[in-house]
Amino acid sequence: MTALLSFSPEELTAIRLSLRVAFWAMLCSLPVGVAMALLLARGRFWGKSLLNAIVHLPLVMPPVVTGYILLLLFGRRGPLGRLFAETFGIVLAFRWTGAALACAVMGFPLMVRSMRLSLEAVDRRLEDAAGTLGANAFWVFATITLPLILPGIVAGMILSFARALGEFGATITFVSNIPGETQTLPTAIYTLIQVPGGDLAAFRLTLVSIAISLAALLASEVLIDRATRRAQGL
Amino acid sequence: MLNVAVEHHFGSFVLDAAFDSAGGLTALFGRSGAGKTSLINAIAGLLRPARGQIVVDGEVLTDTVRGVFVPARHRRIGYVFQEGRLFPHLSVRQNLLYGRWFAPKGGGASEVDHVIDLLGIGALLHRRPANLSGGEKQRVAIGRALLARPRLLVMDEPLASLDEARKTEILPYIERLRDEAGVPIVYVSHQVAEVARLATTMVVLTEGRVAAVGPTAAIMGRIDLFPLTGRAEAGAILATRVAGHDPAFGLTILRAAAGELRVPHLDLPVGAALRIRIRARDVMIALQPPEGLSALNVLPGTVAEIGRADGPIVEMRLDCAGEALIARLTRRSVETLGLAPGRPVYAVIKSIAFDHHAFAGTAPPSGADAETRHG
Repeated sequence: MTALLSFSPEELTAIRLSLRVAFWAMLCSLPVGVAMALLLARGRFWGKSLLNAIVHLPLVMPPVVTGYILLLLFGRRGPLGRLFAETFGIVLAFRWTGAALACAVMGFPLMVRSMRLSLEAVDRRLEDAAGTLGANAFWVFATITLPLILPGIVAGMILSFARALGEFGATITFVSNIPGETQTLPTAIYTLIQVPGGDLAAFRLTLVSIAISLAALLASEVLIDRATRRAQGL
Repeated sequence: MLNVAVEHHFGSFVLDAAFDSAGGLTALFGRSGAGKTSLINAIAGLLRPARGQIVVDGEVLTDTVRGVFVPARHRRIGYVFQEGRLFPHLSVRQNLLYGRWFAPKGGGASEVDHVIDLLGIGALLHRRPANLSGGEKQRVAIGRALLARPRLLVMDEPLASLDEARKTEILPYIERLRDEAGVPIVYVSHQVAEVARLATTMVVLTEGRVAAVGPTAAIMGRIDLFPLTGRAEAGAILATRVAGHDPAFGLTILRAAAGELRVPHLDLPVGAALRIRIRARDVMIALQPPEGLSALNVLPGTVAEIGRADGPIVEMRLDCAGEALIARLTRRSVETLGLAPGRPVYAVIKSIAFDHHAFAGTAPPSGADAETRHG
């Protein structure tokens, strides 16, 4: 039993890294996700269905393809990768930041979908009412729309976070599996299974993985329920 | 002052309406689908008409010729929606104060207290809209619109979703609004009784067009408009004053220009002004002053106008000392009595006809309220 709970430093690093990658993936895609959900729910423009399809692409494409495209675009010699390195000094290839990017891209469709659904459920007549009371577009969004779609935003964040924790294919393709830098829980478990005698450690991390996922899902239930009650005025 | 002229197409429906209002409560009256809501949406800035001009107190809010369209948020027109549209995630208090963030400053806390007091919503401030009754929701919605300091209030059938008891609960508040708050109101309704009780000016809309505009009593007394204003509920409005009480029989005596009326006791001081509506179907016609009749109210007058016969029923307007009274008779009676314009007659009205539908402007009669002939 004690052997089951004695984590090696490498394993702890993988757990911490996984949480860090998932957190930043979720946080950085949040504003982009809200904007994209607004665009898709409210916007009327040519090519909207194409944009919608592109947003959903990571959901249906093999993750390894997504990872390979990221590598081509954001790799050291990729056009965007060079741009990021030269202008912001941010290197994504084979770094944990790259893992976060891969996770963000993979979780993006889930996040946008959840927010878009809640936006479409908002009674726009309430926004008209706020307008007749003197509120401009920004205040209508901040004081009416945003509180009403909060359950959808929370759900989207949790989905993105949970997706990031489980991301494997795109991550390993884009940033490889470097202990201490890009080795997250799934890739660590994968490595341990390949090594003779790694079974126990793999089992340990599997339990951790289950525990974190379960906690995230339970937390989301509570948060979504609370936000929904608030939005409905109960 | 309000000047409205709007033209707009919705598919095959054409809204082409114009009217002016000098203040008080202007009722937009018409069947559903007559274009009433579209018209106030245009006034409030929620609808941009294809052509037209809307001017409130001299300020041009919409002018399609000059390309003026002031957005709703800058119009300072309070809107009370049919379904209230309270913000579900905010408390009653937060709902009430919402518009004040954006309204011009001034007035202070006393104004808030005054409005809360006027509408009787002091006990609800910490509740959420989901926990309010229909009548409470509408009162909060009215308060929210008022506290944004509007220069004009538009109300879209604010009582339509309420039952009879809740309507009776809110009507007095709207009357106080009209008489005390000093904000002109445009009030959409398809209920004759509501309009008769509340409106100073009446605009009759039909199929997107204005059929008539004028003082409520004058419009309600026009026989030619009955197909639009509703024959079953047709009636005349009389301005009366309480002349005295008859405690022995539990009656109140009202004096109108047309004569005296005895009605079930009203809890009003002598001298109080009262607007009553006498429905055409409650009026009988006699050629001589009737004797041996149970009805207490007999008003002398002359036949002024006989409406066009529609089946067995005919409406006629009587001139009773300058005031109009509408009577509804069978064509047969008109012929038997030989009624024609200019003929002197006596209008007979049962006291019991004065149920709560008849009284506009003040407390309902204490005795007659139990009689609910129209639910």
